[in-house]
Amino acid sequence: MSFLEYNVKTVPTGARKVLFLNWPLVLLLIAVASVGFLMLYSVAGGRLDRWAEPQMQRFALGLFAMFFVAMVPIWFWRNVAALAYGVSILMLLAVEFFGTVGMGAQRWIDLGFMRLQPSEVTKITIVMVLAAYYDWLDPKKVSRPLWVLIPVLLILLPTALVIIQPDLGTSILLVAGGGIVMFIAGVSWWYFGTIIAAGLGTIWAVFASRGTSWQLLKDYQFRRIDTFLDPSQDPLGAGYHITQSKIALGSGGFSGRGFMQGTQSRLNFLPEKHTDFIFTTLAEEFGFVGAFSLLTLYALIIFFCVMSAMANKDRFSSLLIYGIAAAFFLYFAVNMSMVMGLAPVVGVPLPLVSYGGSAMLVLLVAFGLVQSAHVHRPRGR
Amino acid sequence: MRQTPKDIEESSRVMTRRGLVVGGLQLAFMGMLGLRMRQMQIEEAEDYRLLAEENRINMRLIAPPRGLIFDRNGVIIADNSQNYRIIIVREDAGDVDDVIARLKQIIDLDDSELERALREMSRRSPFVPVTLADRLTWEDFSRVAVNSPALPGITPDVGLSRYYPMKSDFAHVIGYVGPVSDYDLSQIEDPDPLLQIPKFQIGKIGVEKKLEEPMRGKAGNKRIEVNAAGRVMRELDRDGGVAGQDVQLTVDARLQNFVQARLDGESAGAVVIDCENGDILAIGSAPAFDPNKFVRGISGSDYRELTDDKYVPLRNKAVQGTYPPGSTYKMVTALAALEAGVVSPGETVWCPGHYRLGNRRFHCWKRGGHGHMNFEDALVQSCDTYYYDVSQRVGIDKISEMANKLGCGVRHDIPMSAVAEGLAPTQRWKQLRRGEAWRIGDTLNASIGQGYTLTSPLQLALMTARLASGRSLELRLIKTLGGVEQAGETAPALDISENGLRRIRQAMYYVSNGSRGTARGSKIMTEEYKLAGKTGTSQVRNISAAERAQGVFRNEDLPWERRDHALFVGYAPYDKPRYAVSVVVEHGGGGSRAAAPVARDILLFAQYGGVPPMEAYPSSQRERIRSMYDDMTLADPRPPAPARSRA
Repeated sequence: MSFLEYNVKTVPTGARKVLFLNWPLVLLLIAVASVGFLMLYSVAGGRLDRWAEPQMQRFALGLFAMFFVAMVPIWFWRNVAALAYGVSILMLLAVEFFGTVGMGAQRWIDLGFMRLQPSEVTKITIVMVLAAYYDWLDPKKVSRPLWVLIPVLLILLPTALVIIQPDLGTSILLVAGGGIVMFIAGVSWWYFGTIIAAGLGTIWAVFASRGTSWQLLKDYQFRRIDTFLDPSQDPLGAGYHITQSKIALGSGGFSGRGFMQGTQSRLNFLPEKHTDFIFTTLAEEFGFVGAFSLLTLYALIIFFCVMSAMANKDRFSSLLIYGIAAAFFLYFAVNMSMVMGLAPVVGVPLPLVSYGGSAMLVLLVAFGLVQSAHVHRPRGR
Repeated sequence: MRQTPKDIEESSRVMTRRGLVVGGLQLAFMGMLGLRMRQMQIEEAEDYRLLAEENRINMRLIAPPRGLIFDRNGVIIADNSQNYRIIIVREDAGDVDDVIARLKQIIDLDDSELERALREMSRRSPFVPVTLADRLTWEDFSRVAVNSPALPGITPDVGLSRYYPMKSDFAHVIGYVGPVSDYDLSQIEDPDPLLQIPKFQIGKIGVEKKLEEPMRGKAGNKRIEVNAAGRVMRELDRDGGVAGQDVQLTVDARLQNFVQARLDGESAGAVVIDCENGDILAIGSAPAFDPNKFVRGISGSDYRELTDDKYVPLRNKAVQGTYPPGSTYKMVTALAALEAGVVSPGETVWCPGHYRLGNRRFHCWKRGGHGHMNFEDALVQSCDTYYYDVSQRVGIDKISEMANKLGCGVRHDIPMSAVAEGLAPTQRWKQLRRGEAWRIGDTLNASIGQGYTLTSPLQLALMTARLASGRSLELRLIKTLGGVEQAGETAPALDISENGLRRIRQAMYYVSNGSRGTARGSKIMTEEYKLAGKTGTSQVRNISAAERAQGVFRNEDLPWERRDHALFVGYAPYDKPRYAVSVVVEHGGGGSRAAAPVARDILLFAQYGGVPPMEAYPSSQRERIRSMYDDMTLADPRPPAPARSRA
């Protein structure tokens, strides 16, 4: 059933749409963001104005954007998917040429009122364009090589642009997010098996290239991998982040040291304590209880998304929700793995909690798409 | 593109199935994250908590304040001054060059010091604090403190550093401290952890070195909470340690200052001893140096200047230097002979100007001879021939025994570096050390303080004090340590007959007060302050037969380093001895001319407790002496008004 066949009358209209929003999901997002405000207040040493307040303002803005996106019918978004994708590619090219250099990587476009990270936007537009592609494509053709090659190129183009920024974390997230959409769309298992095998081969090649003239990663990236594999070999150098992060996390214990009592983060042992490593502060101050609660909130968000996607009979909507849920999942899964010493430090924020405008705004707009798909889902017969 | 309902049905089923697979995998991964949290936060929480504590808490040593050094009246000789310094932490500074450039706009930075700091910074971890500048003035220090917001990574800091307010006056007495060197550490078996503190100061020489341990104190500890950059956030608790013990010397700072000033310009040593208790009142050695230069490590050029000086400023001539005592030794020979009973006071010896031993001639300093000399005349006129004669009768071993009794040729236990033992030679000594038999000629040379005999000014002063007091005084340099009086026992009487001592003292009185005394030019006019003493002139070379034949004998005609040493020992007042003094002027020529006036001025200053009135001098000398005092700059150090209390 394509959206053209909707009985439009069954879809709520006007202000009534608000009643049909996926409200549990909205409340979960607010809950997660509130955890973020609390932690930003804490890491700023009890100051609201440093990080928590701007973050609240952005969240309010983002929430507004989410509702706005949710009100717009999902078929409109389907129609502009390709355009959105194109714009995000252009923005990626723009940062490549005009972007601001920050933290050793070209990542931002300065819009004046905020700095936009096109790579964040791309995470969502890639899901949109793939969902639209598979909505258009005859399901019988999804596993044919030519029709597999097109989405692969759609994924690899922005990935390549992100990698040269260089931003390894985001590029991995792009590939993984896109891959999940393709998988759900029904592309044959064989392709994925082959890709995984090739991926393992690539990893081998990357390590083999080290120190040679065709070295595939920058030295600092190799060092991060080294320290991930053995953080203790350089506790005050490159392994510092992981070691300190694990100490903070572990020392939180079951119930934590109490709000604003985390010595590790308070005393600046934690790097990037308000951005990528904010989870460690939560884990230190609220312990296992706090950390597991946040994980549960995230799990519930995924759960509500998957439920919504399975109930949605529109192919585009369903794929879009799956894809956005997957992107969201990848954010927090990679971030948490990183701070707990299960993955190398790649610079991925904790969604809705870490300080940062682009990621939050983009995520809330993405959940606006999820809401739009939910509100405008085909109903009845 | 049209799709049949069947296709749609099929693709929808595939999507649901795959969605469940992905959802399931996500759930599984989240489950793993939860398990990891459980493992870290519940099972291994204790380990991590321990690591966090270690992270957070640093133990820091607190350097105890070093014990101060006072003179006998409470004048501060070695102080701990506040050392204002600037410390930089590379990590906090960010762009170090930029920060230093900004700092340079505010205060002057020493280039070599800066270079050293930069080198140290590049060697150490970025979070280790490094001293950027030392010994700032209060103005510079506050300027940096006010501007610190614009100077990231820069911290103004206050430490304690040794300061010697009397500058060069006490350089030879108390020595100096300096930063611990690797060599120092290698010499100590179980180093105090304090020594590991960068730039910690320890005694390098003199009293500062000998009393290092009590003056250093015991290190305290403080537990401090630090942040990741090593910056101190707060102090958790502290154990203050034990402050070093204060030292009070027997030395009188005013007298010491005068002695140094009086010796200035010469290469000389002088010692003043209290005849009542053996307290060392002054130890002069000229030239001296400013010990403050050594405190932070002396520069190469300054050090070379000191080592290249032919007057050897770094050597303590009063304590480390040994000289042939010359005629000042004649009291020893005379007493030994008198005590052995080989001469009687009235017995005379004929001096034709020389003494014949076999076919060798031993000259008296007076070529024409002294004629008939008895015990007293021989000492007053310093007739060599008399001593040649009596020394043969008493023998070298008895002479050296007497020397030891009076404190010569014996090492005295005072806390100073390289205290010289000197030498009062014996037959046995020559056999052991030189592998040669003792010869009569050696005895003759020794009897007038030449040949093998060597004494330090310190020993000569003690000898004089013992002769004057008749008691076996022991030297004392430390009056109190940590407030506890370092009392010596009451000195027992010397094992010498009172009669012999009286005769020696009487002769010494006539040396300066008799009409034929060798030091009659250095007499004291003030009746109750009159001095008794003995001149000495010791040869530093062998007079060649050719020189003797030519009559080249005048010191003034010789190059400085070949001239005779001038010596004088004396005490005053002659009838109630209080102060004993010895003076050695290296290559000064005759003792009566170069050393005796110095000794007289020192004794007068000691007795008057300040610059003496001109009436104390013979009228013919007053003009010259007044202009000498006018040219002299004295410090007049005084103890701080209220008794100093130490927290």
